[in-house]
Amino acid sequence: MSLAEVLNRFPKQKEYLIEILLEYQRQKSTHSFTESELKEVAKYLNIPESRVCSVVAFYSFFSTQPKGHYVIQVCHDLPCHLNDHFDLLASLTTLLEINIGETTKDGLFTLEHTSCLGHCDKSPAIRVNEKIYGNLNLDKLKAIIAECKENGHD
Amino acid sequence: MIEMKLISKRFGKINPMSIDDFLALDGYKILKKALKKDKLDLLDEIQQSKLRGRGGAGFPVAVKLMALAKESKQPKYIICNADEGEPGNFKDRYLMENDPHEIIEGMCIAAYMTSANKGIIYIRGEYNKAIKIMKNAIVQAKEKGYLGENILNFDFDFDIEVRSGAGSYVCGEEFSLIESLEGKPGRTRVKPPFPTSKGLFNQPTLINNIETFATLPAIIEMSGKAYAKIGTPSSTGTKLLSLSGNVKNRGVYEVPFGIPMRKIIEELGGGTESGKKIRMVQLGGACGPIIPEYMLDMVIDFERFEEFESKTGAGALIVIEEGHDFFEILKKISEFFTHESCGKCTPCREGNYHLLKIIEKFINYEAKEKDMYVLENLAHVLHHTSLCGLGQSAPTAIISALHYFRGTFQKRIEASLSQEDAYAKN
Repeated sequence: MSLAEVLNRFPKQKEYLIEILLEYQRQKSTHSFTESELKEVAKYLNIPESRVCSVVAFYSFFSTQPKGHYVIQVCHDLPCHLNDHFDLLASLTTLLEINIGETTKDGLFTLEHTSCLGHCDKSPAIRVNEKIYGNLNLDKLKAIIAECKENGHD
Repeated sequence: MIEMKLISKRFGKINPMSIDDFLALDGYKILKKALKKDKLDLLDEIQQSKLRGRGGAGFPVAVKLMALAKESKQPKYIICNADEGEPGNFKDRYLMENDPHEIIEGMCIAAYMTSANKGIIYIRGEYNKAIKIMKNAIVQAKEKGYLGENILNFDFDFDIEVRSGAGSYVCGEEFSLIESLEGKPGRTRVKPPFPTSKGLFNQPTLINNIETFATLPAIIEMSGKAYAKIGTPSSTGTKLLSLSGNVKNRGVYEVPFGIPMRKIIEELGGGTESGKKIRMVQLGGACGPIIPEYMLDMVIDFERFEEFESKTGAGALIVIEEGHDFFEILKKISEFFTHESCGKCTPCREGNYHLLKIIEKFINYEAKEKDMYVLENLAHVLHHTSLCGLGQSAPTAIISALHYFRGTFQKRIEASLSQEDAYAKN
């Protein structure tokens, strides 16, 4: 769906700014916005660009930096830390050969931290794009990454 | 059995995507009963139940409901706060994923009592599954006439919209949530005026935790008086608890107030998985106090929790066994608040950053006696001077740790000094 099509699904009211941004970013494989897209949103809602930028900068879901096809978010909080018996983050950085905050050269994976995902009953947990994976161990982690690699950029 | 299922009674028994399953188990019956009653009588039931808010602060629910009912300005908004972002809490997710219509029923009752016509459920963006389930439940409820115009042929209109968060913990704070709903960054407002007089779009707004709304049908069903008999005098009824950390059966359990934590951890949680001893427990989530094992006979009760000067009513128990580095745990908590601070007020924005820096000194064996005092002073400054609940409760873990585990801090300082001596000698 183009940005114009997404915009047309929402009323021209500024309180829908976050909903619009969520809806549009969700379907972008870069998981991020370009400057011209943010300008278009501002124009549609008749608000200053600075207002759009302040929202994009505030909420951690939004980004202006292009990301990999699969964004792997690693929970950073206490319940996951307590149940992390195999050093989840180190395993991921080894498997993907990137550090936290980086994207693989083929553009397939981005690795980042996230605050608590609310799945502490299944800790340690990660979120890959919109899907949560819990009760992780090294074998499960390898299987998740293998599956992503198999699906590639689809 | 220490569990008591009032609001979780349908968990696992119904398909959350099916309104017929819900209706088969007495769903929306209490709404029908409520709509036949006088609004003031219903408010009186809630007052008699002594129900306190389930989101953490424990504010008397009837006071808020009455404040909104008194407002004559329309439209009035009913906001259901499902922006559950506190580490260690996941009971709101369980509610939405197991019994979405119970929440809608509760919101309808609240709207009827207060003559409000517009409802919003604000769900954190990470909960895709819950968002899908709630949206589906609303569509089904509209089709069957439990939402919309002239609900069940009574002179009462009420509609609910689902709105999503975008990855910000502070938006669980009432005014930050309202700002977010208005399409702005989630930075809180100065109170008063309170939301019940000037909330969303400066209109009268009731904002309550999702568990609070889910409790209303149970109260109307059994009467406020009967509900008040459950639990303890200061904390009536039942509470959903999120049990996590180093415990065998992690999950959500509903228990009446007044049960000792040890019983919950041992009987429901099954103790630690590794068989190691429990060292401490963090109550309420990242914003709550850390207490030592010997205090686990304390009962779950708002009044007891308030002795820690903290708002710990959200009902998380994070069990921490022996063997974890004490300061790494404090660091995790401190990093969380440093990241989630909205930046509007100075104590929270700058203070959390400096608390983290000092904790890192303890981790790196660089801490001196002075650092412990600075940590303590600064923690109190944050607690007393921050604008909203986030900054006020951010240092609770540190303050409680300094109180109950002072020896651990002192030992680390001594170890740091002897390391320094060793370097000096080389």
